[in-house]
Amino acid sequence: MLGKTANGLFWMSRYLERAENTARLIETGQRIALTRLGTDDEEWASVLRSAGVLKGFEASGQALTKDAALNWMLRARENSSSILTCIESARQNARLVRTAITGEVWEAINATYMTNQQLLSRKVSERDLPAVLRQIRQNTALVRGMIHGTMMRNEMYDFLRIGTFLERADNTARILDVKYYVLLPSVDAVGSSIDNVQWESILRSVSARGGFRMEYGAGAGPQEIAHFLILDKRMPRSLAFCVSKLKDNLRYLNATAPRPSEAQKKIDQLERRYLLHDVSAIFDFGLHEYIQDVLRGLSGISRQIEIDNRFYE
Amino acid sequence: MTASNYFDEMWGTEEQLRAPYRSVHDWITSEDPARLRAKQREAEELFRLTGITFNVYGKAEAEERLIPFDIIPRVISGTEWSRLSRGIEQRVRAINAFLHDIYHKQEIVKAGRIPQEMISKNAAYLPHMIGVTPPGGVYTHIVGIDLVRTGPGEFYVLEDNARTPSGVSYMLENRETMLQMFPDLFSQNRVLPVQNYPVDLRRSLAACCPDRTSDKPVVAVLTPGIYNSAYFEHAFLADQMGVELVEGHDLRVMDGRVAMRTTKGYKPIDVLYRRVDDDFLDPLNFNPESALGVPGIMDVYRAGGITIANAPGTGIADDKAIYSYMPEIVEFYTGERPILQNVQTWRCSEPEALSYVLDNLEELVVKEVHGSGGYGMLIGPAASKKELAAFRRKLKARPGNYIAQPTLSLSTVPIFSRAGLSPRHVDLRPFVLVSPGKVQVTPGGLTRVALKKGSLVVNSSQGGGTKDTWVLED
Repeated sequence: MLGKTANGLFWMSRYLERAENTARLIETGQRIALTRLGTDDEEWASVLRSAGVLKGFEASGQALTKDAALNWMLRARENSSSILTCIESARQNARLVRTAITGEVWEAINATYMTNQQLLSRKVSERDLPAVLRQIRQNTALVRGMIHGTMMRNEMYDFLRIGTFLERADNTARILDVKYYVLLPSVDAVGSSIDNVQWESILRSVSARGGFRMEYGAGAGPQEIAHFLILDKRMPRSLAFCVSKLKDNLRYLNATAPRPSEAQKKIDQLERRYLLHDVSAIFDFGLHEYIQDVLRGLSGISRQIEIDNRFYE
Repeated sequence: MTASNYFDEMWGTEEQLRAPYRSVHDWITSEDPARLRAKQREAEELFRLTGITFNVYGKAEAEERLIPFDIIPRVISGTEWSRLSRGIEQRVRAINAFLHDIYHKQEIVKAGRIPQEMISKNAAYLPHMIGVTPPGGVYTHIVGIDLVRTGPGEFYVLEDNARTPSGVSYMLENRETMLQMFPDLFSQNRVLPVQNYPVDLRRSLAACCPDRTSDKPVVAVLTPGIYNSAYFEHAFLADQMGVELVEGHDLRVMDGRVAMRTTKGYKPIDVLYRRVDDDFLDPLNFNPESALGVPGIMDVYRAGGITIANAPGTGIADDKAIYSYMPEIVEFYTGERPILQNVQTWRCSEPEALSYVLDNLEELVVKEVHGSGGYGMLIGPAASKKELAAFRRKLKARPGNYIAQPTLSLSTVPIFSRAGLSPRHVDLRPFVLVSPGKVQVTPGGLTRVALKKGSLVVNSSQGGGTKDTWVLED
């Protein structure tokens, strides 16, 4: 397959995953704002930071209000990670790799794009927000389902998966990084309502409230949440899960080669260094420093995949 | 001028239902118009969802548009078709022989059938091709012959598209859409299939590979990119053939071959179906500014290292001044009388013809010799005084740049409009595949229809639509 095609598939799935993550972050932010326990603006700044778009927002010169934050994440053209531009970029990449995806996948992406253009053609009112976000998540799920149900399990599929899990790992790591202070054991406010809200916001951002309760019980605290998001391989958005999927897909790609690719070496190294400890070791190391290291590692792997697979000339 | 002056393919000129349309007519009259209208909308949604769009040139940001689709099929009887397809095959063989001749011995010039300057001074004549024989001797691997009809048995060739004929994806998607929406129609009528085209195309291209190629030739489609007006078609054909869709920057010349950058390194290509014009194909040999092509590909080509389809330099056969010589060309190379007629054509480069054209401009259609897409042409009867005057000036300034033809009474086929069935003018572009010793004409082709009442311009860039085209098995 062409290097350009691999690049297109990789970014198509990254953009789709990013759109979905952003929708989830907005839902969480809205939920927290509605409970009125956090101070509004602060919460939206933290949502923007989790989505990785706070700097761009600040540079746009707007005052940080709920409406402005929502609009920035949903439909600002100047924001290359807004849901509107993510879906446009995903479709653009899909057009570019039209021959590498099935007709069903293309139609699902195109339909997602068309609905999205409509949903986000004007400012979304607070009343419509839940329905709009639900629609967006359903659409991206449809695309994922079509990929799962109709694509051959070959290198094209591998690149789609690699894009998805790199983006997802990045997203989970950023959520942890923004909220790490809430998880520090030194903050001795266990049981206070503020902390409960914050923890819940973390779990909501990764759609994992139910799973967490089920596995860890109601009394669980920050240490367990950190373990859940970082090390629990059953949790489909945890760092350990994403990294293990990345490892698998990089291995499939390189199956016929006599030795591991550079990207494989890098991901093995990342796993050995950061994902084989228990959570207390991570706290000893420093949660913030740990997450920063993992984020750097992930972006290095992303670059290495581009080089290994000749994305560019 | 009223519609009844024209030959209608459903009703003839005497309001008598013609045999090939009997079953289609029964169907339309038995259907509830409201249901048909809903189906028409459904078809549009289907097209938009599948992304069968074209980009419009001249817009700052390429805009994707749908080509309107009309649900009433255009029907051609088996007998009508068998004559047409023989005529098309004859013409395509002649075009290939002509192209080989003008890049080699120029027998046709020596025989005094075409003036030397028509060839050597033609902007579409490519000196790089002199003495070069493409692999398998094929110049025009894919051809589209534009036909118009003026009466029951009267078909004319309006132009030859030997360079890069487009529209075949619409032919295929139109049929696909009709099959999905009206399956019952196809169980009642014996319509010859067109769906093998992509497989035939791949086979035909592979059969034209360079001699030393191993048993499985690598085929790829070269597109100018995502913003090209026909990008959808390029991706569609690559997808349907199961080959790579490449752009210039995916390719480079390595060890005397043209190779594409894959995730596992560079892989040589044997046959390149290019949808990039000659001028942009190779910045080292042609337009040095081109970022769409592959530096050095012409050198590989001349050394026999790759097949380029269609061959560079075939555009001269599309030239509308050359067109006027097609009857001579067919006779000269096949020794037969042409089966398909040419439209009478005045070459404005000839002083007598020019003065006739200037005197009768309001009755004629004037075209640029290298024009296409319905741009830069004048339709005398529909033109304003001002437009006529402007064209007179153009003709006097550069007569050699134009040809003129009588305004033909193009046949009509009903479309399903808000007012019910309404006759509209149509043309037909059948598609032809050429490989060594073989010419295949896909039954039917793309019917383009002028949606505006009375309009004779069917080009999609000018508001034309398309129809599914049926060839019946008699």
